[in-house]
Amino acid sequence: MATRFASVDEVVQRLRGVDYLADATIAGVVFLADRLEKPVLVEGPAGVGKTELAKALSRSTGSRLIRLQCYEGLDEAKALYEWNYKKQLLRIQSDREHETAWADVESDIFSEPFLLTRPLLEAIRAEEPIVLLIDEVDRVEIETEALLLEVLSDFQVSIPELGTIVGTQRPLVVLTSNNTRELSEALKRRCLYLHIDYPDLEREKDIVRVRVPEIDDELAEQVARVVRSIRELELKKAPSISETIDWARTLLYLGTSEISPEIIGETLHVLLKYQSDILKARKELVPAGDTP
Amino acid sequence: MLDVLQGFVHELRDAGLPVSMTENLDAMRALEHLDISDREVFKAALGATLVKHHRHRPAFDTVFDVYFSLYSRGVDAEDPNAEEWEALLGQQGEASGGGAGGELSREELAEMLLTALMTMDRDELRRLAAAAVSQFAGMEPGRPVGGTYYLYRTLRQLDLDELSARLVGRAREEGDVPADALAARLQAEEFQTRLRELRELIESEIRRRLVADRGVEAMARTLRKPLPEDVDFMHASREEMLALQRAIYPLTRSLAARLAQRRRRRHRGSLDFRKTVRASLSYGGVPAEPKFRHPHPSRPEIMVVADISGSVASFARFTLQFVYAMASQFSKVRSWVFIDGIDEVTRFFQDSDDVTDAVHRVNTEADVVWVDGHSDYGHAFSAFHDRHEREVTKKTSLIFLGDARNNYHASQAWVLGSLRERARHVYWLNPEPRGYWDTGDSIMADYASFCDGAYECRNLRQLERFVTAIADG
Repeated sequence: MATRFASVDEVVQRLRGVDYLADATIAGVVFLADRLEKPVLVEGPAGVGKTELAKALSRSTGSRLIRLQCYEGLDEAKALYEWNYKKQLLRIQSDREHETAWADVESDIFSEPFLLTRPLLEAIRAEEPIVLLIDEVDRVEIETEALLLEVLSDFQVSIPELGTIVGTQRPLVVLTSNNTRELSEALKRRCLYLHIDYPDLEREKDIVRVRVPEIDDELAEQVARVVRSIRELELKKAPSISETIDWARTLLYLGTSEISPEIIGETLHVLLKYQSDILKARKELVPAGDTP
Repeated sequence: MLDVLQGFVHELRDAGLPVSMTENLDAMRALEHLDISDREVFKAALGATLVKHHRHRPAFDTVFDVYFSLYSRGVDAEDPNAEEWEALLGQQGEASGGGAGGELSREELAEMLLTALMTMDRDELRRLAAAAVSQFAGMEPGRPVGGTYYLYRTLRQLDLDELSARLVGRAREEGDVPADALAARLQAEEFQTRLRELRELIESEIRRRLVADRGVEAMARTLRKPLPEDVDFMHASREEMLALQRAIYPLTRSLAARLAQRRRRRHRGSLDFRKTVRASLSYGGVPAEPKFRHPHPSRPEIMVVADISGSVASFARFTLQFVYAMASQFSKVRSWVFIDGIDEVTRFFQDSDDVTDAVHRVNTEADVVWVDGHSDYGHAFSAFHDRHEREVTKKTSLIFLGDARNNYHASQAWVLGSLRERARHVYWLNPEPRGYWDTGDSIMADYASFCDGAYECRNLRQLERFVTAIADG
């Protein structure tokens, strides 16, 4: 069995190499996922880098990323496989003149060339190393979850006409959930669980510095502090890490060297996306009279 | 090693966490691959394999702290990992041992704490926290007092507010003077975070000592705290209130998503003949695939009438907040609050789209006192009837909130009867346990006889269940 990482430290190093800063928990769980060959279920507020983790893993291990975006109404045909119905029809029609036996036609049209692979089957049949990302798994109905189970635990798919297809190698599997509903116990049991929360001050500052290399230490620290302060407020939607990074970039473009209340007032819309949130943050952070 | 893990899993189950057999095996397999002398990674491994729900995480953290602080003695000598265990536990023993050293005066301790807090030297802080506990908490072996008592005693002596003020002073001396209000705010928040960390260190130190004194089992029992959705509205502590507050919004969001999904999939509309015929053409005229019209979901109109007198104020606040957070699920939401007078408060919620703010204005601006500010359901209801009877229609669901403790005033229960004839449904939510109804001045039965349903609603879970039921129509 080929493992991808030799130690937990190596996970941290390799992820850092692709600009993803993992803390001990994230790295530990990723390491275990590799060793135990289990999928990782990542939960947490929107915008803390759940999807980004999968992308970073694929970059750091040089694997191809296969992504299954979940949505309400996702079914087998879109997630696993589908028979190419039109091609099958053509095959039958072109056969009319040759009078082939029905059994031959049947075995022919239910064979590989007529199979349309969807992300899950594609991941199973892939020869090269793969990172499989099943994004926002909480969006599918609870009944649809069941079709993931076979894939997640045994990494195989049963197709009635072809038999069971077993994967040649185990990819790293990352599932993300925004927790809009409770996932089933069966699914959770098959996964390792990782909850990512907003980073603490130090980590957020490091992230800003890695993603926006031109920023100086002082400003990064201030950015992280202001963002933490805003997250403390009771908001509809707290700023995510990507919004923090956007804000840091905005400040750089504006040539800011130090954050002042006026600058915050002018650029708050980069961090917050609801008018009521912006008003509230402005009221708290920008003293009266400074607002333009 | 296995025994240790089994004991830990057992403890988790006792604390109410569902740990399945597979998860237990996973945890064992996980430990084979890891260097368990790294405490962070060790904890991450157990967390990822054993706990699959974020809500359960605090419970896991406490059990972990308690369990692996005690497991210092009796490490199995034949265990090949014994050395690693010592290493893991040694880190802890050292920390708690350090505190026993020399007696420091309160002032000296405060000075050392300030220095440690300025540089954020975590090892030093942990030692000082231990010192503070041994000095101020006055812990006596075997005394049946909860950890909060010791925490309170320690914190009173340390006086975190004063420490915070002195930190600001110290920063100023070092030339870090905040340039404006914003900088001052950010600085203050930074110090608050550091002090919070100190507080957590003290808490875990106290817990560790209690465990050493009483044993894991007794401790684990006292640590079983209810989950946020099971906290009783009427008896919530301030911290539990905050936890509730934070739990409401995500809860309503997921509830709304679930309801919308259910509504979309539930009973289809009537047969759409035109579409069915058109679809049948692709099957050679055989109507193999019937098509249906989209149903028009009927969204109920909600009127909430809430008692906000002292005893049930927090219950009313949560319910209003919950109902308004769910407003998109209803065609219209109106609300009234009363003590002995009644006042419509819909305007507060319409003016701002921030529900917390609106609830605050309800508490401060609504005109709800008529005579003496003691609950008078009878008067409030008859006033409501006089003013708004005509606005209640067949689409309206009326919800009354309160404990029905009427201070022996006239009940005027006929109002509910008359409203019930006009309305679609009349419900009553009572935050008291069912067993207390109709005791003392509670006249719940009088009102309940005119309602379609009277429900006990003591925690978020019950509230959620009720809202789901009425949103479904």
